[in-house]
Amino acid sequence: MRAPSRPLRSTSVRRRVAIAGITCALAVSAAGCAESQRGEGGGEGGSLTFGAAGAPDLFDPFYASDGETFRVTRQIMEGLVGFKEGTADVEPELAESWEPSPDGKTWTFHLREGVKFHDGTDFNGEAVCKNFERWYNQTGAGQNNALSYYWIENFGGFADGAKPSLYASCESPDAATATVHLTRATSKFPDLLGLPSFSMQSPAAMEQYQANDVRAEGDSFAYPEYAKSHPTGTGPFEFVSYDQGNAAIRLERNDEYWGEKAKLNDLTFRIIPDETTRKQELESGGIDAYDFPNAADLKALRDAGNQVEVRDPFNIMYLGITQKNNPALRDLRVRQALAHAVDRENLVKANLPEGAEVAKEFYPETVDGYAQDVREYPHDPARAKQLLAEAGASDLTLNFYWPAEVTRPYMPDPQGIFNALAEDLREAGITVNAVSKPWNGGYIDDVDNARADVFLLGWTGDYNTPDNFIGTFFGTPENRFYTGASPWGEQLATELRAADAEPDEPRRNALYQEINRKLLSEYLPAVPLSHSPPAIVVSERVQGLVPSPLTAEEFAGVSVTG
Amino acid sequence: MLRYTIRRLAQLVLVVFVLSMLLFGWLRMLPGGPVSALLGDRATPEARAQLESQLGLDQPIWVQYGKFLLRALTGDFGTSTGVERGSPALEVFLTRFPATIELSLLALLLAVAIGIPLGYLAARRRGGWWDNISITWSLVGVAVPVFFLAFLLKFVFAVQLGVLPASGRQDTAIQATHITGFYILDGLLTREWDASWNAFVHLVLPAIALSTIPFAVIFRITRAAVLDVLDEDYVRTARAKGLSAMVIRGRHVLHNAMLPVVTTIGLQTGALLAGAVLTERVFNIAGIGQAVAVGFERKDFPVLQVVILAAAMVYVLVNLLVDLSYALIDPRLRAR
Repeated sequence: MRAPSRPLRSTSVRRRVAIAGITCALAVSAAGCAESQRGEGGGEGGSLTFGAAGAPDLFDPFYASDGETFRVTRQIMEGLVGFKEGTADVEPELAESWEPSPDGKTWTFHLREGVKFHDGTDFNGEAVCKNFERWYNQTGAGQNNALSYYWIENFGGFADGAKPSLYASCESPDAATATVHLTRATSKFPDLLGLPSFSMQSPAAMEQYQANDVRAEGDSFAYPEYAKSHPTGTGPFEFVSYDQGNAAIRLERNDEYWGEKAKLNDLTFRIIPDETTRKQELESGGIDAYDFPNAADLKALRDAGNQVEVRDPFNIMYLGITQKNNPALRDLRVRQALAHAVDRENLVKANLPEGAEVAKEFYPETVDGYAQDVREYPHDPARAKQLLAEAGASDLTLNFYWPAEVTRPYMPDPQGIFNALAEDLREAGITVNAVSKPWNGGYIDDVDNARADVFLLGWTGDYNTPDNFIGTFFGTPENRFYTGASPWGEQLATELRAADAEPDEPRRNALYQEINRKLLSEYLPAVPLSHSPPAIVVSERVQGLVPSPLTAEEFAGVSVTG
Repeated sequence: MLRYTIRRLAQLVLVVFVLSMLLFGWLRMLPGGPVSALLGDRATPEARAQLESQLGLDQPIWVQYGKFLLRALTGDFGTSTGVERGSPALEVFLTRFPATIELSLLALLLAVAIGIPLGYLAARRRGGWWDNISITWSLVGVAVPVFFLAFLLKFVFAVQLGVLPASGRQDTAIQATHITGFYILDGLLTREWDASWNAFVHLVLPAIALSTIPFAVIFRITRAAVLDVLDEDYVRTARAKGLSAMVIRGRHVLHNAMLPVVTTIGLQTGALLAGAVLTERVFNIAGIGQAVAVGFERKDFPVLQVVILAAAMVYVLVNLLVDLSYALIDPRLRAR
């Protein structure tokens, strides 16, 4: 949309300023014209208002898989294990310690004592088992991937036995102990218990407000009272209200918290979908912090005195390849040609924020099982052309999909990234048909239905295990890349399952290193591009926010002055 | 008059029914759907298929529509999949529409309060500097995109001067009691004057932004209508009779010039609702305009259906009221 010419605009601005000035003059005379009235706060830490990009789906994290829900529930609830602040490393939370059996199938958790849920219910071994049993015994809509995504992804099936489950049973020999039995060993345990979905929730509150009463109704799911307005955990903040009319979620400090109590008196999340509006609210003092600032704004935000915290990158952006409809892409040489064609060094320099790195593998170096000696693909258009010629695909044409109207932490500028990569592919003699669709307006649908030959996508890690990255991508042959179209697709899935089930850590890491070497030299189901550090911005009034690579910031240690 | 009203109301039912069918089909013809929104980035083809069958999205569209219609007749418009996931779509609408009505009414009041007097004055001093300035202003009002103007207003008054809030409906620290959902009214009803005032102050910038187009239209129509009336014989006669200027302006000129202006005000309802989508987005007002914007982003069919149908009903009803108000303004129409 072009801006009108200057003389017109200045006239209109002057006029409008005059009108608004009159309105505001009236307002000033009456009440100081909208001085922000955020809480004064009687405690040392004051009040913090955070600008959230979207409304949480609900407040029961078990049924959620969206970051905005977890951002809120993470302050209210805790898991048996947590993540050390500022890292993706597991540390004790509601469990003080734990040990696995030699076969890796039985885990004994020694629980913190004297902990209570916000409703006064005791946290103990029985409560732990009730949570596990609740997850495992989901029925009907509760078993849907749209609700129990993290359970299905990490534990598999449910009590009805329709699909195998990682979970077998739970028992509590005494109040301070919970023993969880698994059906097989897995590298994911106990790390996955740090996921917000597996937070410990009050059995009494869940029963009182019918937490399991989710129903498929019409064309969506209806949630119970518990998930809408009574989430009850053990965390440093308690849920107060969600005012939909004012798009604000309010939490207050839990004065009975077992650990170091929160500094803030209260914490408010204001839902502000528009990124520019979040920035202006920060500038005008309406909010104290917001997430995922536009990379182009970072300098201006810093110059204005705000603190821009750059998280360690814990994600991957890749050039996805779908082997389903384009037989040429089933030839390793063609996929290698794509890898040589793209100039990843330049992409990172020109299109990604400060701190971004070229990805050599499908996950960052900080994750276990990273191999230092994988095959690399330097930018080499001549080599790409040669490989295409060898494969008889010199006239290769690709439908290249990229998502419009969206940014992702790993993909801050889809259009810019697409333009750079498309140019690289053309340079290697490949014909590119660009297809762009909105994220929910056909992009994900088309990618999942294999309408794209190549596409832009990525992943932010949930916790620090290789399985969370490559297990998710290639753990079954029926995936977005249609690796099942190649004979090695099944083999790769089998190798991943074997590595995940290896209880001995050094041996497991060696298996993953081997898989990573093969992924880059023999399989190459997609082209890893980059790891981007997503930023979070807080005003100069805020102290103590520690950025988390998992985007799992906790506000208990944060205070606001002034 | 009564028969006419009943006939028009019957037409309204028909319009809403046909629109519901078209809307239902059109939404489902758009690329993408609620499944991606519900499952997020991490959907597997298998999970998508499972969800589509669970929500009945794999059935023929006329079956889906039939079910929707039967449920809608009982007041169940489905459950939101994106805007307020898990809440009934009707509840989402009822929670949000007061915000939009509040904003639109304020913007309309502003447009009328400035547009009509300015239009009258411009017509009275036709060709003068005041006339020229007003016309230029109204042209700019139409030409400047709402979001640009909104951005500018926020930049000047919220960010630079810090005298007005940048977005939202009310400071979150004000733990106001909400009875009707109309925040200004709620504050007055509960005698929480601060809450009422704070809600009003939050509406100042968005109302200015939203009022520019209706202002420009009302101004121009008023100006043209007054110019027409000023040339009429009866005005000349009134002057010749020596009636006071006040009586001529009020009873003869403005009264007779109002007919097209009232029509225009009615027609602005649509423009206001359309403008509210952008204005609410930029000023982060959780109204039905924002629900439409987020609804399209997340493919929330139930919310889009209930909001668009309700907006259509409001539009048709306002037009009916405009037609009926003609009779009050123009006695010649009452006899028909």
